[in-house]
Amino acid sequence: MTYTTHADLGGQPGYGPVLPEPEGELWHEAFEPKALALTLAMGATGSWNIDQSRAARETLPDYAQLTYYRIWLAALEKLMAERGQLQPDELAAGRMLHPPVPVKQVLAAAAVPAALARGSATERPASAAARFRVGDAVRTHIEIPDHHTRLPGYARGRRGVVERVHGVHVFADSNAQGLGEQPQWLYSVAFDASELWGADAQPGLKVAIDAWEPYLDADAGGRP
Amino acid sequence: MSHEHPHHEDHSELGEMDLRVRALETVLSQKGYIDPAALDVLIETYQTKIGPRNGARVVAKAWADPAFAQWLERDATAAIASLGYSGRQGEHMVALFNTPQRHNLVVCTLCSCYPWPVLGLPPTWYKSAPYRARAVKDPRGVLADFGVTLPEATEIRVWDSTAEVRYLVIPERPAGTEGLSEEQLADLVTRDSMIGTGLARGSAA
Repeated sequence: MTYTTHADLGGQPGYGPVLPEPEGELWHEAFEPKALALTLAMGATGSWNIDQSRAARETLPDYAQLTYYRIWLAALEKLMAERGQLQPDELAAGRMLHPPVPVKQVLAAAAVPAALARGSATERPASAAARFRVGDAVRTHIEIPDHHTRLPGYARGRRGVVERVHGVHVFADSNAQGLGEQPQWLYSVAFDASELWGADAQPGLKVAIDAWEPYLDADAGGRP
Repeated sequence: MSHEHPHHEDHSELGEMDLRVRALETVLSQKGYIDPAALDVLIETYQTKIGPRNGARVVAKAWADPAFAQWLERDATAAIASLGYSGRQGEHMVALFNTPQRHNLVVCTLCSCYPWPVLGLPPTWYKSAPYRARAVKDPRGVLADFGVTLPEATEIRVWDSTAEVRYLVIPERPAGTEGLSEEQLADLVTRDSMIGTGLARGSAA
């Protein structure tokens, strides 16, 4: 195994209370607005896709020690460094020292509202029928892949029921590896808490994840 | 570092992160990767235009207009777009209607996926390890952190946003609000009630 994510936190023990926050409180450190804007503006250059950027963030060795905007910045620098767009000496110098590597597009100020309103849809036309229908019993794969994936650890090897069919979407696992979109059917799969947490399950709790078809097998044992 | 910076402000009060971000902005501008004016528009947009008041209008309309509520349930992306909210991190929307029998709660255990067009930037706690770790296993404990206690018989349904579908919780409409306008109703809708960690203002619980 060479791929290690530090972001797969669902169900992990040892965490204290959640600290609520007033609605208008957007920033906590002066650098954060620019960190957000730089991340979005560089994302708009098309130099990487959203799954590559998630992979860059979750593999940062000090992920657990960083605030979220620090995670974003560190991943941004990593993604640019990998593409030769930014070199460490330039960050230290605070100015350009090496010629730019051309980017596909630059987000102009006037184009921001339209770009945000458009977004980046991930639904694609179906090229095959969906394997599962609402109500089908399924079991998630138990294997841990050696690359970015969106099947959380707590939901591996578990039996659940298909609750929604979301259409065919860009497959995060392949897109993150630069292997193309390879769109797959996407489902909401709901699990009884007892299937996930055993005797620790809270009564009346169900947890749903969104799972691409390659994460799922039919559960021959019937409904959990 | 400050001596080599092309600008001439006094950097003595700037921390390491401020300098790092300033250096990044300078280098990326010099390389032509970014339009510095776009940064200001992006920040301004999420400070003043795209935030939870958008979602509150969606909820208020769903409370006031049964036909809109049905549309929202059937095709949330289109129904929400009809109010002018669409795009980045809300390309594929699903609305989750709370009922006396079922309370919905949204989390992203793997990162911080959040419906930006209707709720804006996620709060710190939504991105934090305690929320992401506990929401899927101990949602009643998390709700208690927000001062919310639900009846024991209420089913709690947690939605972990593991793909590009984004979830908006439609909280229950508080009793005694029949005479209110949509605008007044929207004032009852908190951000947390649209994530599921809160209830609408005036709810009995």
